[in-house]
Amino acid sequence: MSAGTEARRLARRRRAQSWRHGWREFRRNRSGMAGAVVLTLFVVMALAAPLIADADGLSVTRATGGVLESPSGAYPLGTDDNGRSVLTLLIWGSRISLLVGLLATVISILIGTTVGLLSGYFGGWPGAVLFRLTEWFLVIPFLPLAIVLATVLGRSLVNIAIVIGVTSWPGTALLIRSQTLSIKQRAYVDRSRALGGGHGHLLARHVLPNVMPLVFANTTLTVAVAILSETTLSFLGLGDPTRVSWGSMLQDAFQVGAITTGSWWFIVPPGLCVVLVVLSFTLVGQALESVLNPRLRERR
Amino acid sequence: MSAPRLLEARGLVVRFTGQGGATATAVDGVDLSLRSGEVVALVGESGSGKTTLARTLMGLERPAAGEVLLDGAPVGRRARELKEFRRRVQMVFQDPAGALNPRHTVYEAVAEGLRLHGRTTRDPQGRTEEERVAAALSSAGLRPPERLFLRYPHELSGGQRQRVLIAGALALAPELLIADEPVSSLDASIRGELLALLLTLRAELGLGVLVVTHDLGLAWNIADRTAVMYLGRIVESGPTEEILTRPQHPYTQALLSVVPESRRLEPVVLHGEVPDPTRIPAGCRFHPRCPALADGSAAAAGVDDGCRTARLPVLPATGEHVVACHLAAARGVAGGSASASAAGAEPGRGASD
Amino acid sequence: MTGLLRIEDLSVTYRTEEGDVPAVRGVDLAVDAGEVLGIAGESGSGKSTLASTVLRLQPSSARVSGSVRVDGSDVLTMRWGELRALRWAGASIVFQGAQHSLNPVRRVGTQIAEPLRVHDPRATDDTVTSRVGELLEQVGLPAARAAAYPHQLSGGQRQRVMIAMALACRPALVLADEPTTALDVMVQAQVLALLSGLVRELGVGMVLISHDLSVLADMCDRIAVMYAGRVVEQGPAAEVFEASLHPYAGALSAAFPRVGDPAARFAPAGLPGDPPDPRYLPSGCSFAPRCSRAVDACREQVPPLEEKRPGHAAACIRVGEP
Repeated sequence: MSAGTEARRLARRRRAQSWRHGWREFRRNRSGMAGAVVLTLFVVMALAAPLIADADGLSVTRATGGVLESPSGAYPLGTDDNGRSVLTLLIWGSRISLLVGLLATVISILIGTTVGLLSGYFGGWPGAVLFRLTEWFLVIPFLPLAIVLATVLGRSLVNIAIVIGVTSWPGTALLIRSQTLSIKQRAYVDRSRALGGGHGHLLARHVLPNVMPLVFANTTLTVAVAILSETTLSFLGLGDPTRVSWGSMLQDAFQVGAITTGSWWFIVPPGLCVVLVVLSFTLVGQALESVLNPRLRERR
Repeated sequence: MSAPRLLEARGLVVRFTGQGGATATAVDGVDLSLRSGEVVALVGESGSGKTTLARTLMGLERPAAGEVLLDGAPVGRRARELKEFRRRVQMVFQDPAGALNPRHTVYEAVAEGLRLHGRTTRDPQGRTEEERVAAALSSAGLRPPERLFLRYPHELSGGQRQRVLIAGALALAPELLIADEPVSSLDASIRGELLALLLTLRAELGLGVLVVTHDLGLAWNIADRTAVMYLGRIVESGPTEEILTRPQHPYTQALLSVVPESRRLEPVVLHGEVPDPTRIPAGCRFHPRCPALADGSAAAAGVDDGCRTARLPVLPATGEHVVACHLAAARGVAGGSASASAAGAEPGRGASD
Repeated sequence: MTGLLRIEDLSVTYRTEEGDVPAVRGVDLAVDAGEVLGIAGESGSGKSTLASTVLRLQPSSARVSGSVRVDGSDVLTMRWGELRALRWAGASIVFQGAQHSLNPVRRVGTQIAEPLRVHDPRATDDTVTSRVGELLEQVGLPAARAAAYPHQLSGGQRQRVMIAMALACRPALVLADEPTTALDVMVQAQVLALLSGLVRELGVGMVLISHDLSVLADMCDRIAVMYAGRVVEQGPAAEVFEASLHPYAGALSAAFPRVGDPAARFAPAGLPGDPPDPRYLPSGCSFAPRCSRAVDACREQVPPLEEKRPGHAAACIRVGEP
């Protein structure tokens, strides 16, 4: 069917067009672009870690420097209490921090979107039960729950991601729920029902695609929260003890009294990295929201 | 008119529970029938329950009592039964801008029904999906159809959107179509074209159409039969010529008299608006606003007590001219059914604003 | 010969990113006290732009030429102070969609009182309250409804409140832009009866804008039909509605059938095609692409608006031809 392939090609071109349009909109948002640039740098750093910093530098036994040496030519950011280069730790730590952050986000978004979608779409008792569950998780203070969970599950990379994911989804769920409630009222959902569409069809073809942009924008905001949470948990000593992350660096620094000894090079770099990454994700998230959410776009 | 009777409502009641717990009876006992090859207009003001009735016929609202029948068999509430029903009966929604998903192209919007019923609707002519979408678009008057395939709703004019909605319904080759205010949001010059399209579809496909509207001119333009609805009930129904030239119910008479540029009638402007469906008046539901009761003609006929206290029966869904009015009944329109010779069709009496 | 409202050779062009969009193109209109002029046209015909330009309410992206005189003074060039005085007391506008024009969190009485207080800052609370009550009663609402919020009123009642607001400072000219769109026939009849009562009793001049020619025929003394920014026909209301000269006016009039007219039975009258995109107007007569009577000459030059019968003008070269 030549006309069919032609139509498909045109459809692809139109989709590409709308992507390009979105990208143009995004580029106009300065803070979003700044965030994107910073993030790209960090991601490149995390991916290229084996190339720019020798993994041997992470080993306590093979450490070459002295204890808490201040920055010098050999160690641009000084050394830690075991004589390892802080720069090497920082570079390798970015991998763990970003990985845990992303993994936790995936878990959180999956749970949040599913619960939000279902509780918004289905009225009656299933919706009410899911909504109560969301509220219940929302009011439980994050830290105690995370500490309990981390203690029960044990300290590992995946577990810490699960802990963060399981505790951070209610916000997403509420957002998705309210959007779903509004989409459900649209006349095109009724039309699809009248055409013979069942619940699965309505959810997959009408509700979800119209909720997706919000999910997408929310994801970047959740990553920021997740990275911060990872740092918090690692700082409290609940992280994976075998791996270096920014959070665990801060914990180390705190434990060896880096503040009292004035070893700023051990505290400031990981702290700054966390702040930068979290800020960048937030900026990108806000920019995406304004590009993808038509309501915000009109207001501008 | 030997076409088989197809869609019927019997004693349909639909209630909604509002915020304060008050129960509104949007549809309060309605009998209605629609045959294939027939255009029926359901006329009423907003708040009359006409849209709720249409949605209930389509299975979008659950009736509190009564049933919807297709070819004499009740339509079930199970997903499979509803889906099969919706292959034969389709709906065109009010507000064409909102009834199209902004993220779907015209092609996707029209093909949606075909894909949903993919297995049950084998095309007898062996056409592909694309050919069937093209055929539906061109029968809705969008030619050449291929040029519109990849447009998004916001790139279309109001008239085009409404035609896409009609095409989406037609793609399933339904036997009956329910159209809710199909032209109310469109420009005047587009209106006639769309109404003509409905008549063409009736002539070519034998489609039965139920048009829900507030516009008596539309009923006059295209409907074989007209049913007038007030506060959840049909108060008068019958052949359109009868209803719109010799109305028996004071409400129909008043409605007709305020159609702009209907010079032959002295306008009877009713006070107030359709009452709140949580508090349906006792007796005849129209009596608090009825000009015939206010000016004493009901009292003269000796039915004024009945107007205030005696409930009227649900009008049967026959094709004849029937009216739910104590006064019309007293004037010798026995059993609420009016014949062409019935007296008392003098609008123009009563309170004007 | 000043007259209440005189519009001469008015053109309004919106400047957009995609280029200039002409909304109104060379319109002449006149309204006197106690007279109702109807402007008929579809969406995009420029009728709403025309109404807002009379009070200089057009968006800042619009470029305006020509003149608009209310009581002899030019609205387009007057100073800000004069314009304010005009907007409060000289002329007022009733917008379509009363739902969105009322502030949802303030009582309707307060909103009606606002122009009164601005107009006369020394007015006492008592005089303002009694005037608000008077205005509400004038539009057929009990004075006690002043305490209601917009959401407590029905669509028809909100439209009445809008009319009361427009009347607050006793304007000489009222512009009503689709005042009954989205209202039911019965409520529409109530609002129209109210408006024609006001013209009769207060002697105001009124411009009534609608897409429904039959409404205008009932209400107006004269009707001007607009298409693609121009007036294509103007004349006595009944003549324009029943014996129109321009094919477009004829189509608009046929679009709303007279109930009981056998000719309209099973014969809805329509017009093929869509209204033109103002950015890409065809050469010659803009209606030609949809016109069944168009000939080659129609596509060559823009037909002038000429008097074809006494007091009845049309912009069509085919009038009177077979």
